[in-house]
Amino acid sequence: MTTLSTSRPNTAERYYNYAYLDEQTKRMIRRAILKALAIPGYQAPFGSREMPVPYGWGTGGIQLTAAIIGPDDVYKCIDQGADDTTNAVSIRQFFAKVADVATTEDTGEATIIQTRHRIPEQPLKAGQVLVFQVPQPEPLRGLEARETETRAMHAYEEYGLQYVSLYENVSTYGRIAATAGYPVMAEERYLMSPSPIPKFDNPKMDANEAILLFGAGREKRIYALPPHTRVRSLDFEDFPFEVQTWEESCALCAADDAYLDEVILDDAGAKMFVCSDSHHCAERRAAGHVGPMAGHQLARPETEPAQ
Amino acid sequence: MNAHSEIQAAPLLKVEGMTKWYGHIVGCRDVSFKMRSGEVLGIVGESGSGKTTLLNCLSGKLEPSSGAIQFDTRRFGLTDIYALSEPDRRRMQREDWGFVHQNPRDGLRMRASGGANVAEPLMNLGQRHYGKMRRATIEWLDRVELDTRRIDDKPRHFSGGMQQRIQVARNLIHGPKLVFMDEPTGGLDVSVQARLLDLLRELVRDLDLAVIIVTHDMAVARLMADRLLVMRRGEVVETGLTDQVLDDPQHPYTQLLVSSVLQI
Repeated sequence: MTTLSTSRPNTAERYYNYAYLDEQTKRMIRRAILKALAIPGYQAPFGSREMPVPYGWGTGGIQLTAAIIGPDDVYKCIDQGADDTTNAVSIRQFFAKVADVATTEDTGEATIIQTRHRIPEQPLKAGQVLVFQVPQPEPLRGLEARETETRAMHAYEEYGLQYVSLYENVSTYGRIAATAGYPVMAEERYLMSPSPIPKFDNPKMDANEAILLFGAGREKRIYALPPHTRVRSLDFEDFPFEVQTWEESCALCAADDAYLDEVILDDAGAKMFVCSDSHHCAERRAAGHVGPMAGHQLARPETEPAQ
Repeated sequence: MNAHSEIQAAPLLKVEGMTKWYGHIVGCRDVSFKMRSGEVLGIVGESGSGKTTLLNCLSGKLEPSSGAIQFDTRRFGLTDIYALSEPDRRRMQREDWGFVHQNPRDGLRMRASGGANVAEPLMNLGQRHYGKMRRATIEWLDRVELDTRRIDDKPRHFSGGMQQRIQVARNLIHGPKLVFMDEPTGGLDVSVQARLLDLLRELVRDLDLAVIIVTHDMAVARLMADRLLVMRRGEVVETGLTDQVLDDPQHPYTQLLVSSVLQI
C-alpha cells in the first residue's frame, strides 16, 4: 500500500484498475460486445466476473459499462427511469470513483447511459450507448427450461413456442396483457428479451440511433442492437401489439405521452401519476409545463444534488 | 401367403438393416420393414426387448449405429431422416409427425393451459392468428371428447385419461402423416383405457393416419394394429398381420407371449 501511494503521489489512491475490471477482462467483454453487435439479438456468452454488488443489482450492466467507459465519457445511470433512486446513485458514484468520469442526469448530454427497466423518453442520438441490466436474457426460458433446447431453437429460428405465452395471455385476459420484458424480434432473425422494460418502450428500440447493449451478469450473456436495427414486438394477426396508455397525465409536468408511475400518497388511497423518467419531467417543469399537482413535494428541487 | 411382407406401392416408411448398439450391448439388431400410409403397425415384446430403442430410432430421437430409415417427407420426398440436416429434420418432425408419450407429462407443457398445448403445433408451423387457432383447438378438444369449456385449465387439473386426450389432440391438430405412440394407454385403468383406445381407433380410421404403436399389452395390439412386429432381445422374431400373429403364432417366443395373456 505504501509503495502504491508513494509511486502515485499526486493522484488519489486507487487500489484497483481503471474502471474496476482488469484489462484482460475488459478485452474479453469487448470481444463479446463486438460479437453481439455483429449478430443483433444473439446472446453472446462471456466470462462474467464477481462484482461488488449482488447478482440482480446490475452486475451485467456494470461490467458492460466498465468495458466501454473512458475518462472522456459522460455517465448517466437510471433505475426505473429515475436518476435519484438508491441503486442509480450508487452505480453512478461507483463509476465516478473508479473511472474518473463526469456524471450527469441530462439524457442528451450523456455518452453512456446505464439503465434498469426503462429507455429514456428523450430520443437517443448517434454516439450514445444505452446499457441495459438484464436479469434473464432468454425469452423462452419460462416455457423451455433446457438451455440446449433453447439454443437449438435460436439456431434454427424455431420461435413458435414464444407465441404460447401470448396465447395464454389472450385466453386468460382477452388481450396480450404482458407489460414488461415483452419479447421482440431483432432484424427478423433472433428472438430477444428487451430486459424488463415496459412494452411502452419497445417501439423506441426500433431503428434507434444509439447502440443498445444488454448485459446479464448471472446468466453470463451479452446481446446488442447496433444503431438502426429493426425491432418488432411479437403479436397475433388479430391481437396486434399495443403499448400502455393512461387516462391521466403527469401530475407534475402534465406530460400525456410519457410512461407514468402511480404513486400512492397516503393510507386513504390518494395517489398521483408522475413521469417515471425523472429528467424528462424536470426538463418539462423547467420549460414551464404545469401539472395539476405541481408544487407537490415530489417536485421540489433536491436539497442534495446527485453525485 | 406373404402379402404383408412386400408392399408394392411407394412406402411411407422404409427401414433397412437398422441396428443400435449401446456400447457392446445391443439395443435392436438388423430391423427391416416397410410401412404405407394409413397403416397401423404394432411393436410388441416384453420389457427390455428393444421396443423403445426401436421407437426412438424411428422417431429421429436416437441415431442408429447402422442401417437406414427412410421416410416420405412432405418437403423432401422419400429421404433418409438421419441424412437430413438437424434443422430440416426437426422441421420435418414438427410438420409430418406426432409423438404420444406414455406419460402425458412428457408430452405436454404442464405450465401452459390445455388449449395452448393443443394449439402449440400450429404456432410452431407459423400460425399467427389467435382466433383461428382457438377455433381449431376447440374443434379438436371436442373431437377427443373433452369438455371444451375447460380449454383454459392447466393439464394438472385434468385426470390422467383426460391429459392423454389432450396429448392426442396436440399430436393430431397439425395433420401429421405418421404418429408414434409409446404405450399410449399405459398408466390408465382399464375402463379409461378402453374408451381411449376406442377414440384412437376411430381417429386413426377417420384421418387415414399411419401409426407406429409400441405396447406390451396384447389386447391393445389386437385392437389397434393392422400388423405386428414381435421383438425379443433386440431382434424382430416374427412379423405379420395382427390376427395371424396372435391367432397362429409361429415363433416359440410369440407363442409364449400370446399364451401369457391373462384371461378373465
